[in-house]
Amino acid sequence: MMFDTSVQELKYKVLREVARLAFEDRLEEGILSIAEKIVPGPEPTMRCCIYKERAIVNERVKFAMNQGKSSNVIEVLPIACDECPVDGIQVSQACRGCIAHRCMNACPKDAIHIENHKAVIDKSKCVECGRCLAACPYSAIVKNERPCVRACKPKAISIDENRCAKIDDEKCIACGACVYQCPFGAISDKSYILDTIELLKGSENNTKYNVHAVVAPSISGQFSVELGKVVSGIKALGFRSVMEAALGADMVAFKEASELVEKGFLTSSCCPAFVRYIETQFPDMKDKVSHNLSPMAEIARYMKKHEPNCKIVFIGPCTAKKAEIKLETVSPYIDNVITFEELQALFDAKEVALDGLESQPLDNASYYGRIFARSGGLADAVANALKEMDIPEDVFKLNPAVCDGIDNCRTALLKARKGVGGENFIEGMACIDGCIGGAACLTHGPKDKLAVDKYGKEAAEKSIRDAIYVLEL
Amino acid sequence: MNVYVCVGSSCHLRGSYKIIELMKENIEKNHLEDKVTLSAAFCLGKCTSGVTIKVDDEIVCGVSPENFSEIFNKYIAEKVGA
Repeated sequence: MMFDTSVQELKYKVLREVARLAFEDRLEEGILSIAEKIVPGPEPTMRCCIYKERAIVNERVKFAMNQGKSSNVIEVLPIACDECPVDGIQVSQACRGCIAHRCMNACPKDAIHIENHKAVIDKSKCVECGRCLAACPYSAIVKNERPCVRACKPKAISIDENRCAKIDDEKCIACGACVYQCPFGAISDKSYILDTIELLKGSENNTKYNVHAVVAPSISGQFSVELGKVVSGIKALGFRSVMEAALGADMVAFKEASELVEKGFLTSSCCPAFVRYIETQFPDMKDKVSHNLSPMAEIARYMKKHEPNCKIVFIGPCTAKKAEIKLETVSPYIDNVITFEELQALFDAKEVALDGLESQPLDNASYYGRIFARSGGLADAVANALKEMDIPEDVFKLNPAVCDGIDNCRTALLKARKGVGGENFIEGMACIDGCIGGAACLTHGPKDKLAVDKYGKEAAEKSIRDAIYVLEL
Repeated sequence: MNVYVCVGSSCHLRGSYKIIELMKENIEKNHLEDKVTLSAAFCLGKCTSGVTIKVDDEIVCGVSPENFSEIFNKYIAEKVGA
């Protein structure tokens, strides 16, 4: 299987069928047959019956067509939500009725007493601190927490009166952690593939205007074939060219270094989910966010300057990028965003077999631009930019806090707010491991990090300055 | 006159940077700054015969430091009357 889970595979199948019909101009007539095609029956494989399975597929079809109830790119599919337990900390059958009662002694709220030798939790007193869990030598106390709630670090997910997950769109940072973590696939990002297909068709084979793809550097570990074949595949879909977002990252690295020297403290602006997290949870620190565009927007701005009528589609691992392109500062440059999952769906909808294609080069960026894809890469790039700009350490010495995952970002932001720790640059990435851990990656694993470093080292340009020579135009 | 130099991957690897340098140098030397606008292109569809440039609507392939002067004179200098 090319995905980590069957949930991703189901989402992919729906995207593929929608894309296939759209490419063939048959979406209207074929849309009602998608569910039956994906769930042929007669036996159900995922839910109680094939009719529920098909109903869920139909809801997914709507999301594949960017039709939902909210304007947030992340939305719950209520019919797919399995109403997981929400009872919090519980004493399980494994309680041995011991005589030490460490759980009771550990509880700061006196919420545990012993009945018939066994621990009982008074839910009216329990504050879910988890100390009893840690104290029990038999691991007999468990915390039932919904995977979506656990995944959502900005605490935007709650449970509604029907025990269904509910997203607070004001708090949601669109990172997609819940999308990847929900074992029932009941939360999903909505897709812009139809817009991408429209752009491609409307270009009439790049004669009316060019459609360029900008790919995120995390693409390096995503497909089972060499990257050059993926480049050919993207062109086979109808894109004129494939550019590296990593070149935008090279451009950003220099600008970020300059802004940092000028201001003395910054938080990074590459990850739109991290930026939104600061805006919503640390509004007093908004002015510390770097003023630079993200690498995606930076390279696209450059391309639109030179070719104003071109169309640009970003292809990446990120659901938050779909929200980023709605920002006023970004919408003039990027026309559309799709994910690696969606790219795979487009390949298969158009029956582009990557394996049989000739490899084409992809080389615009430096090593440093490319390693933005993993946690620590941005800080490394900024350090190198400072070196390339000949800024001596007595003028500015970089002391970065490299944070992946919102929990780590939060800790660094709290420290910075209090002025402790001495870090002067917070590299914040909402996803664990950075973009290679993005919610819409096909695979998430240790090999992806190695692939990024390898891809970085293959760059023809070794310094950032060498890569950004194009700015001289 | 608009002159575009392709900075797509294939052309980049075949030396777009050198061609851009030569372009700028020669535009300056011939005092064509007001007549020639130099821009980047992201693919001119001739990936196997780069470095590719576009002079207004005409595509010229296989530009190299060796044939640069000849191409510059023929497609750019002579046409703008330098």
